[in-house]
Amino acid sequence: MSNSLLTLQEKPVAASFDVARLREDFPILSRQVHGKPLVYLDNGASAQKPNPVLDAMAKAYAETYANVHRGAHFLSGTSTIAFENARASVRRFVSAQKVEEIIFTKGGTEAINLAASCLGATLGEGDEIILTEMEHHSNIVPWHFLRERNGVVLRWAPLNTDDSFDIAAFAKLLTPRTKLVAVTHMSNVLGTVTPLTEIIRLTHAVGAKILVDGCQGAVHLPVDVQALDCDFYVATGHKLYGPSGIGFLFGKYEHLKRMRPYQGGGEMIDVVTKDKVTYADPPHKFEAGTPPIVEAIGLGAALDYLMSLDRAGIAAHESALLAHATEELSNLDRVRLFGRAPDKGCLVTFETAGIHPHDVSTLLDRAGIAVRAGNHCAQPLMERLGVTASTRASFALYNTHAEVEALVRGVRDVLEFFQ
Amino acid sequence: MIDPSLRDLYQEVILDHGRNPRHYHALENASHEAHGHNPLCGDRVHLYLKIGPSGLVEDIAFEGKGCAISMASASMMTDLVLGKEVKEAKILADAFYQLAKGEPVEAHLRPEDREQIEVMGGVSEFPMRVKCATLAWHTFEAAFEPKDGAGQQALREAMSE
Repeated sequence: MSNSLLTLQEKPVAASFDVARLREDFPILSRQVHGKPLVYLDNGASAQKPNPVLDAMAKAYAETYANVHRGAHFLSGTSTIAFENARASVRRFVSAQKVEEIIFTKGGTEAINLAASCLGATLGEGDEIILTEMEHHSNIVPWHFLRERNGVVLRWAPLNTDDSFDIAAFAKLLTPRTKLVAVTHMSNVLGTVTPLTEIIRLTHAVGAKILVDGCQGAVHLPVDVQALDCDFYVATGHKLYGPSGIGFLFGKYEHLKRMRPYQGGGEMIDVVTKDKVTYADPPHKFEAGTPPIVEAIGLGAALDYLMSLDRAGIAAHESALLAHATEELSNLDRVRLFGRAPDKGCLVTFETAGIHPHDVSTLLDRAGIAVRAGNHCAQPLMERLGVTASTRASFALYNTHAEVEALVRGVRDVLEFFQ
Repeated sequence: MIDPSLRDLYQEVILDHGRNPRHYHALENASHEAHGHNPLCGDRVHLYLKIGPSGLVEDIAFEGKGCAISMASASMMTDLVLGKEVKEAKILADAFYQLAKGEPVEAHLRPEDREQIEVMGGVSEFPMRVKCATLAWHTFEAAFEPKDGAGQQALREAMSE
């Protein structure tokens, strides 16, 4: 099916960036929903997958599959090589120094839980962890566990009135009691991009470590953990155009070497006797049990795909989509947009006066438009915004200006319907 | 353009109940109360009931926050249940669950009651929204089952579909 949404003239943002061409890589984008061309604007929840990912995973099962790091047979070898190549792709993607600094997890949530659990062993009563008001629950609840278990104190870095990160207020929260700062790279609700370089410099100045939740940020922003001097960086595969069930934790090798293991089991050990156990070196120390092998291979393919594209071109395209959506939605009466930080990723979250986001979402769905409605797993932020739920349209590299127009038309129809 | 199927879900009477919910207030002398919550979508219904000695619903009121479907369903439920025996109201609840899932209604209902609950029948075409419609009815039932959260029941129902 040719996608009629592409018949509108797309503004070229860079010579090498051709959105119509890229869309051909994502087979699901040509389907219809409720008889309408799919307009997929729920990328912040999960992105669609390009053919190279689908092909790599099918090939892994059809041609090279066996368990990894076990046995000496041929397939175990090919599978292990493919799996470890995926780790190498992640290393390149975040510009880590060593592949051993990349731990595969089942997603961003597990990556943060792993870090919290392993770092938590060294934290106690009165030690402080600083979070921001715009964190996702997955970067809040694991730290609450430490508050409950170890008596760690959680401090909350506030936002400016335009929803940008308040660096001055953050600086005041930092004390010698601060042991860790856990901060998003890009808010999943507001789109706010945090000034990581400055945050990390200030954090290290008091001797604390930093964990960056890059589940949104890694998709849209360049990541260079060495340039950032980041201690831990987390991302998830399924938002990076890869499969679900796989994510990763980057950690500086010196930290990983010192940290206690996470789960116990196969692959993470060195020697096990009846009264003693010694552990493998990172990353295997943190990867007990059979890992999500094919998911890791799929993630590697997704990152290779992303790295083969003109990422500056993508960024320019996504900024143009954001500007377009912001301008058009701002013009609608009864629509209130959240998140006006100057440095903002490509998503729009909004409230429609008197109309619940779930009703908005159901109506848009029948027009073929997929958006997210709800609290976006960020209840502390929703409390700050004074709403219980909102509607979010989040863009990806394959979205078009015609799709932005479809969204705006859809929202206009919703407003009329509930007039 | 709005898809015509949406008119089956958002009928005029539902939109009206959503905009102007009936019995929307607290009840000071309630004999039973229950709180329903759908954690996945955040809909909340707090229900107040005054049950007479013979098991008659003498008064009913609710407060809550949520989508048009959940609020309209709660409002319509208060209209339907007021003045009925709790026993009969529970039969209506079961009939409502069947209707919301697109199953045939087994119980023999008064024609005017059947007509009322059939207004919500359109929700069966929107599986993601069934739990919005059933929340108020689960909350009503929970008022007679201490400590069980109606939201959890609605959620279990939504997940078993």
